[in-house]
Amino acid sequence: MNKVKTGIGRRSFIKNVAVAGGGLIIGFNWLACQRAAEEGSEEMAMQMPDEWFELNGYLKVGDNGVVTIYSPNPEIGQNVKTSMPMIVAEELDVDWNNVIVEQAPLNTDIFTRQLAGGSQSIRQGWQSLRTAGATARQMLLTAAASEMDVPVSELSVEKGIIKHAGSDKSVSYGEIAKAAAKLEVPQEVELKNKADFKIIGTSRRNVDAKKIVTGQPLFGLDTYRDGMLTAMVVQPPAFGMVLKSLDAEAAKDMPGITDVFTISTYPEDMEKEWSDVAAFNNLVVVVGESTWQVMQARKKLNIEWDLNAELTKEIEILEKSAGMEDATGLESTEIHTRLLTEVGPRKAEVVRKDGDPEKAFKNAAKVIERSYTCPFLAHNCMEPMNFFADVRKDKAELFGPIQTPEFAENSISKRLGLAPEQIDIQMSRMGGGFGRRLYGHFLIEAAVISQKMGKPVKLVYTREDDMTNGVYRPAYHAQYRAALDANNNLVAFHVKAGGIPESPLFANRFPAGAIDNYLAESWTVDSNITFGAFRAPRSNFIAGAENSFLDELAEEMGKDPIQFRLDMLKRAETNPVGEENDYDPSRYAGVLKLVRDEASWEKEQSPVSRGVSAYYCHNTYVAQVLDMSLKNNQPIIEKVTCAVDCGIVVNPDAAKNMVEGGTIDGIGHALYSEMTFEDGVPLKSNFHNYRLIRHQEAPKKIDTHFVKNGIDPTGLGEPPFPPVQGALANALYKATGRRFYNQPFIKELQNEVPTELKT
Amino acid sequence: MAEFNVNINGKDFDIDADPTTPLLWVLRDHLKLVGTKYGCGIAQCGACTVHFNGAAVRSCQLPISAAAGAKITTIEGLSEHGDHPVQQAWLEVDVPQCGYCQAGQIMSASALLNQNPSPSDEEIENAMSGNICRCGTYVRIKEAIKKAANTQLS
Ligand code: FES
Ligand code: FES
Repeated sequence: MNKVKTGIGRRSFIKNVAVAGGGLIIGFNWLACQRAAEEGSEEMAMQMPDEWFELNGYLKVGDNGVVTIYSPNPEIGQNVKTSMPMIVAEELDVDWNNVIVEQAPLNTDIFTRQLAGGSQSIRQGWQSLRTAGATARQMLLTAAASEMDVPVSELSVEKGIIKHAGSDKSVSYGEIAKAAAKLEVPQEVELKNKADFKIIGTSRRNVDAKKIVTGQPLFGLDTYRDGMLTAMVVQPPAFGMVLKSLDAEAAKDMPGITDVFTISTYPEDMEKEWSDVAAFNNLVVVVGESTWQVMQARKKLNIEWDLNAELTKEIEILEKSAGMEDATGLESTEIHTRLLTEVGPRKAEVVRKDGDPEKAFKNAAKVIERSYTCPFLAHNCMEPMNFFADVRKDKAELFGPIQTPEFAENSISKRLGLAPEQIDIQMSRMGGGFGRRLYGHFLIEAAVISQKMGKPVKLVYTREDDMTNGVYRPAYHAQYRAALDANNNLVAFHVKAGGIPESPLFANRFPAGAIDNYLAESWTVDSNITFGAFRAPRSNFIAGAENSFLDELAEEMGKDPIQFRLDMLKRAETNPVGEENDYDPSRYAGVLKLVRDEASWEKEQSPVSRGVSAYYCHNTYVAQVLDMSLKNNQPIIEKVTCAVDCGIVVNPDAAKNMVEGGTIDGIGHALYSEMTFEDGVPLKSNFHNYRLIRHQEAPKKIDTHFVKNGIDPTGLGEPPFPPVQGALANALYKATGRRFYNQPFIKELQNEVPTELKT
Repeated sequence: MAEFNVNINGKDFDIDADPTTPLLWVLRDHLKLVGTKYGCGIAQCGACTVHFNGAAVRSCQLPISAAAGAKITTIEGLSEHGDHPVQQAWLEVDVPQCGYCQAGQIMSASALLNQNPSPSDEEIENAMSGNICRCGTYVRIKEAIKKAANTQLS
């Protein structure tokens, strides 16, 4: 029996039906047209129902059998808008072709964790999505049983048609929905056996695909409303600077300009949410009729900026204490390098220790020590930050791209002095997230501007605003040491890692648990530069560093790099060191074995050079083998083979798409991308000087294989991103005979001295 | 301000705008044709790609004064029912992730196939490297272009 408590009360319905209105019809028509075209017949096109019946907050059934399923979580390209409703539809036993998907509004009465982050949407939504579908199914069955006057146990459902076993009676969901909607919501329902899944585990296309390929409005930036004004902000040019004075006369005279003023996003006394991160609090705002006019007017502003002594003072003290005579508190990449390599590591504190690593290192026959670095990164979502706000005296309507609508609602409530019930936040589809849109300062800015103007406003960041606005992936450093005995056995392992301004270390991850003498140390150094979660935070560096080191270690020990890891995992499984290890050694080994087989690891591969890597983060295991060659000193990535264990794969083709994307993104950032600074100024401002991986640099082929184990699903947005950086570094070594320690690797590859080592 | 007559997706429009206004912002702000995206504004990302007399151009760098008199096609006008072979291939391969770059990718891809009905892998890579996909859908983009090329040829 697979019974679960529903926890769904009658009040758990989407009250704001108007929300679904306009979008619903458009969404419906597109889907209908698409399907009609596919089936080759106009009759196949569904008709809109005359009446909808809500069975619970996740779905409603139309009198003709069409079902609307609300996708609760923000869609940033991870495809939850398709996969979350698939899970509901599975338990509901409805024909997927009769399903319309709508983005749910923010509604914490109905939905839990409406957040895109940590690759958790599917994992944490799994139970409630299934329960919602099963609950509605049971209500429909109960209603049908009473209408047919037969026991529920004699009924079965297929694709929304309820049939009675002992007779030829049948009724469709559409016909019985009205009666079902009058029933009490059951307190307990039965979930399907996983073996009976018909939708989960089959590939279903992105529900927004047709709108995407025909250019329909979907994104926050596509919002246009009657009477809407366009706003842009101007931020200080450097981290550690603030607004001193503003002369806006010339700008105000420019055509189409409505107003120029300054705002403070977060007043000092406001209690902030964790997501309220903003490097620049006092901003100049230009409001006007159209984007281009506002852009032109911005150029006419006369602004003076000043050092923010409060911010820079502490950094200056830190720099001076590190012997930097020329310290100003305005940071540069050069200073960061010294902080990362000299100052930071001296502050390290022990976070885990097993056995007696000091003694083991002292008695070692050989000690190998290597250090790895990576630079700051900007998220660079393709759709720059933006938000629409219409703030009136007693209500605020907000629409746009945000990964944390619930936290944003709290912040808006405090900032505007409105009750949460007076605030309506709707999520648009997002042109990427990668963690950047967890931090909703732009939403507050839009709301404050709209409040001031008393008009609907769309706040738009230019690419330059977006890229130089902070909330970066931190710069990290990791030093690894390994002690070998006279027989080349690994006897101790030491990792000391830190960053500006957070540490990438996970002390309890592999290879912790596999080595008797283990030491992990962590440190951080402060900064004026704001940082935020960036696709697979911290893992996005440490996975590559660790896997590069393990590769070098395996070579030193004369072992095959996969077998070396498998041997350690065997130890962690059969006789683990410590109790805090946060990975499952057998699943870890599982992806390594799968990638070994699928990539034919043991066969000679010349002329390509290959590297392997494996990592566990965000509850998912990934191993990758990367094959490359060099042409004119430019890496040509021939193929990446990926083995993934994320449990049940809800939507296989879309899951592959995620793995491909994470893999390309991981290669791209490790190879090409960096943000650098001088005097507090971010030196990259657009794609002419900030390099992102392009089509011709991407792998020619990506082969993805999933472990089939029937375990409840975990996420895929982040896990494929970190390990591939290690596979890349290890393949580069095979191709060049040189090890790569400092990202972005292209600089070392093409013989440029990396910024990190220039000091 | 000046008046410009522009032909977009087969229709003539009289646009009242500053002559320096890029076509991108005319499409989006004036005409509410929002399929053409803003990504960088400096011809580096391809999100704003449209067809200018059949050739792929970056509309963020094309002032409205230079667009006057030309035949402009945007993603909305690529086909009447969203069934251009490139759009269909995009659906079949299920290319998009976030989807933001995809209109620009499709406009670059369709212009490529107009010019070169059966491009090699290398030709695809060269033609498509001006279009950034931050989500990393490049492998699928290539697959979809090949699929569309095959459909068009057969
Ligand atoms: S917006 Fe025109 S190329 Fe990027
Ligand atoms: S699909 Fe997101 S940028 Fe290409």
